Amino acid sequence: MTEGSKTTFDVSVAPLGQQTGRRRGRTLHKIVRNWRLYVFMAPALLTVLIFSYLPMYGIQIAFKNYIPAFGMADSPWVGLDHFIRFFNSYYFWDLLWNTLSISLYGLAVGFPLPILLALAFNEVRVGFFKKTVQTVTYAPHFISTVVMAGMIITFLSPSSGMLVNLLEALGISPPNFLTDPRWFKTMYVFSDVWQATGWGTIIYLAALSAVDPGLHEAAILDGASRLQRIRHINIPVIIPTITILMILNVGSLLSVGYEKILLLQNPLNMSSSDVIATFVYRIGLLEAQYSYSTAVGLFNSVVNAILLIVINQVVRRTSENSLW
Amino acid sequence: MVSAIKETKSDKVFLACVYVVLTLALAVVAYPLIYIISASISNPNVVASGEMWLLPKEITLEGYKRVFDDPAIWNGYLNTIIYTAVGTAVNLAVTLPAAYAMSRRDMVGRNLFMMLFMVTMFFSGGLVPTYLIVKSLGLVNSMWALILPGATSVWNLIVCRTFFQSTMSKDLQEAAEIDGCSDFRLFFQIVLPLSTALIAVMALFFGVGHWNNYFSAMIYLSDQAKYPLQLVLRQILVLQQMSAQSGAINAETATSLNNKAEVAALVKYAVIIVSTLPVIALYPFLQRYFVQGVMIGSVKG
Repeated sequence: MTEGSKTTFDVSVAPLGQQTGRRRGRTLHKIVRNWRLYVFMAPALLTVLIFSYLPMYGIQIAFKNYIPAFGMADSPWVGLDHFIRFFNSYYFWDLLWNTLSISLYGLAVGFPLPILLALAFNEVRVGFFKKTVQTVTYAPHFISTVVMAGMIITFLSPSSGMLVNLLEALGISPPNFLTDPRWFKTMYVFSDVWQATGWGTIIYLAALSAVDPGLHEAAILDGASRLQRIRHINIPVIIPTITILMILNVGSLLSVGYEKILLLQNPLNMSSSDVIATFVYRIGLLEAQYSYSTAVGLFNSVVNAILLIVINQVVRRTSENSLW
Repeated sequence: MVSAIKETKSDKVFLACVYVVLTLALAVVAYPLIYIISASISNPNVVASGEMWLLPKEITLEGYKRVFDDPAIWNGYLNTIIYTAVGTAVNLAVTLPAAYAMSRRDMVGRNLFMMLFMVTMFFSGGLVPTYLIVKSLGLVNSMWALILPGATSVWNLIVCRTFFQSTMSKDLQEAAEIDGCSDFRLFFQIVLPLSTALIAVMALFFGVGHWNNYFSAMIYLSDQAKYPLQLVLRQILVLQQMSAQSGAINAETATSLNNKAEVAALVKYAVIIVSTLPVIALYPFLQRYFVQGVMIGSVKG
């Protein structure tokens, strides 16, 4: 308070030059007075600079022939050679198609389900049943990728797996899910649905908890059915959340969950399971083609960044719920 | 209750459908979990043939015995506990103070710092450049390669900042200043004790992340003795290497379990339970906090 009133006094008497000088002095004073806050910042800033920004500087090897003995800065430039090689390779379209189709398949199946489940949770009164369903459906979120892949492999293993036995009991002769390329994407997407749907409801439930109960009471008195109240009260409330999550999802269309894919990949299903990220891992770290792999990875993140910016612009034009 | 006054017939039908859907969701998620628990203590022959479909049959603890006899699993467990404890401590020590600093409106440059952090959420150097940096720092094949690169989680940083912004009032800060309390003391003696719920949530998020992580261990660690549990699991569950078979087979089990492949399956179920139990057992008690954490994060920062 006192500080503020002093400033207005200063401004009224001080000539212009002195005024900006004083403001700069005040900023400096603020920095000096709060020096401890910068000490708080230092570790986070340092780790991000080293482990996020230094690698960004390292992206230059995508345009070079990286030779470890020369280091990043002194390796010879090759321009866009690695990119041209990638775009012209026979596997380019396969990789792009696999990446995009797994993402879109996952989005089409996995995106609406948490919304529906959250709306369903919201209709049920708080009690033992609701709590049990929530606790159980959230639980798979905590299962690690390795265990998840292990479960998939065990359940789908020919002749002894749980799901295979189940299908046989129903009189369906099951395909070999683990090695058949046609089944890879479905296996990937539906195991994700099993693992992530419950947890995905939380963010919508948080949004739904903000609904004013008075709205529902008024709607009930006006004779609105449950379905009508969901349609006209609950859904409009979660639209901003849906929009933001949609933007984020579209912005990461080219980054599929490669950690799980890597574990489920085998030579037989490669034709439908190899995605850009697994390719980057394989040629980069296993075959040590550092520059080429960096170029492919850069292509991936640039496309993602462009997608994010474009979708955000589109959304900003049509509604007020954009990311920025 | 207002809703109790007017429940039309169509509303009742609709609600019944909701209950059916939720029951179905419950069954679909719970069944594989129950199946694994039952399969881990059942005769593997019965499991493989499909005779055991829900409750355990011909109970045997052989799977668990094999798992606990395996030195690789014990070693992995120990490594994971160390990595998780140290990693979580580092995460908290880095994230909480930075989040508090950026929650202070009187800190010059907070928006610039925020931008710097946000950029890394949407754009990164990629796998190989990051690997090369970690390598050039001499961190390969050390625990720090699993901990330092992810020390700052930008997402959690934003969650913490939002929390501090909405709970720590300016009056509190001013009162502390008037009393001559420095920002260090303010943070450690006032802000942190008032934020135990947040700290619990963050410790859990970070902790589960470290516990379940396999990828960075796979790319950075070459020494098998340093493998965390998830990498040992990868060998058993995914690469199908029977490391859990190293224990000697006694006569009794040799007769009852003569098929190697079936013992392997039994060990898989047991190892899934053993590795996932700490997280799953802890989680129902802490569920409240997890949900709170996501909720804090969903408030646009």
